[in-house]
Amino acid sequence: MSLRDRFHRWEPHFLPGGKWERWYPLYEMVETFLYWTNQPTKSAPHVRDAIDLKRMMSYVVVALLPAVLMACYNTGYQANLAVSAFGAEKGDWRGALYLALGFSFDPESVVGNFVLGLLHFLPIYLTTLVVGGLWEVLFAIVRKHEVNEGFLVTSMLYTLTMPPNAPLWLVALGISFGVVFGKEIFGGTGKNFLNPALTGRAFLFFAYPSAMSGDTVWVAVDGYARATPLGIGASEGMAGIAQAGYTWWDAFLGFIPGSLGETSALAILIGGLFLLYTKIASWRIVAGVAIGVIVTTLLFNWFGPANNPMAAMPWYWHFAVGGLMLAMFFMATDPVSASMTQAGRWIFGLLIGFMVVLIRVANPAFPEGAMLAVLFANVWAPFIDYLVMRWHLSRRERRYVQL
Amino acid sequence: MELLNLFITAVFIENLALSFFLGMCTFLAISKKIETAIGLGIAVVVVQSLTVPLNNLINHYLLAEGALAWAGLPDVDLSFLGFLSFIGLIAAAVQVLEMFLDRYVPALYNALGIFLPLITVNCAILGGTLFMVERDYTFAESVVYGVGSGLGWALAIVLMAAVREKLKYADIPAGLQGLGSAFMTAGLMALGFMAFSGLKL
Repeated sequence: MSLRDRFHRWEPHFLPGGKWERWYPLYEMVETFLYWTNQPTKSAPHVRDAIDLKRMMSYVVVALLPAVLMACYNTGYQANLAVSAFGAEKGDWRGALYLALGFSFDPESVVGNFVLGLLHFLPIYLTTLVVGGLWEVLFAIVRKHEVNEGFLVTSMLYTLTMPPNAPLWLVALGISFGVVFGKEIFGGTGKNFLNPALTGRAFLFFAYPSAMSGDTVWVAVDGYARATPLGIGASEGMAGIAQAGYTWWDAFLGFIPGSLGETSALAILIGGLFLLYTKIASWRIVAGVAIGVIVTTLLFNWFGPANNPMAAMPWYWHFAVGGLMLAMFFMATDPVSASMTQAGRWIFGLLIGFMVVLIRVANPAFPEGAMLAVLFANVWAPFIDYLVMRWHLSRRERRYVQL
Repeated sequence: MELLNLFITAVFIENLALSFFLGMCTFLAISKKIETAIGLGIAVVVVQSLTVPLNNLINHYLLAEGALAWAGLPDVDLSFLGFLSFIGLIAAAVQVLEMFLDRYVPALYNALGIFLPLITVNCAILGGTLFMVERDYTFAESVVYGVGSGLGWALAIVLMAAVREKLKYADIPAGLQGLGSAFMTAGLMALGFMAFSGLKL
């Protein structure tokens, strides 16, 4: 008997009147995840399109895979480098397990780097999936709506924004806030106005700053401090970055310390281009962010105060370091929390690009601004849409009168 | 440059609504429709940019310690009359604004309803004046601060209204509908505005 037949046999138990009626969202989640739905559309509009929410979300997860691979590799590489070259101590359970698996702290070993990185990535990711998924299913059962694949994207993005050594209870707390307050209190996927992954991340950023920022959290070795290029740039400028041994290619390829998935601009670019090609991410938003960053950076380069070391950072460095690429391709383009009108998407993107550079350069309190810039623009998105719609309305009214 | 900095600080960094949470009663009650929110926002900007500089004058020439030196009374300190005079002046300004709106913009007058007179006791308005006194602004600074803080509050309520219009299509749990979700929306918006805390130009 095929699995599909089994599902058909189980289905009546979950339908209204069945003995497991309460658990229908769970059944629906597994069934639609594995198979195409057998429910016909009942009311207009009858749009025939192969792309539905599930396919869309799966594409985003696929697009994130290069970043995930680089996240694993670089996290392990940074940790191995810290242990072998700088004599740091990796004494936690991950280090012990790593040694027990027969690896040594050798940054030259590709497999070793990857396995050590995986030992950091997987626990965080699984915690996110289990805790966030629990909230998701709980709300789905109590509120009788469907469990949505959007959570796979949220959990993946959230994991990629975590520092590699984040304590797991903190990870659980953050994703709980993100899922419950960022999304579920508004009714689930498609109803929220902030990006849920970033809401959770920002909550942790402000509630537990010592675990989420500073110089010691970006390499997966306890008590070992290596500042990110952005952190150095904020205090010592481009000269400091060069002095610390970071080259632009390091930053672009991703061999710098940072959050799990933000380091490799190249890996994110590959996934991002895939999203643009499949038209899941709006190219207008991405182009808006890029233009906003470049223009704002040039303005700071030319007119920036001389006593601000960050003002001299050239635009191509801004793209290579920090979370800007991840935010530009994956966070800003979240179709729910971004602007919905075409013109609005340009403005939304430009606002993010402007804010990223503004926070990085002019706000000494936060070295990185991508996360906060996207959240800030999310708050603006509905108003931008309102203005664009008003503009369209008044234009059409004028045209009508002229005829 | 200093004044520009003060203006940006007043609008974004120390936004009266989203970082001090002042004026919440009107902020939550009048943010259901964008048009009304814009109207109230403009009213607050007008009242704020009138009252803060005027209160600044009152404070400097009548109330503060030694302010009455021009009348030959250098030892008199009337600052205990501060609250009374500030609120009195705010009430008068609101009264004038109300008559003006009733005469010239009746649609907005009706939309704002009871909340226009309530601007008198809006803590954002009095808060602006009290910040001005506490930080000892000069007259020029108080003008900039009045306009800036009013604009910041107006901006916040307009954004809030846009978000709430979008949330009309949301499926909010029964227990959170209305004020509950409005409070949480305001909190999440404040999270977005945290981007500015610490900004220095």
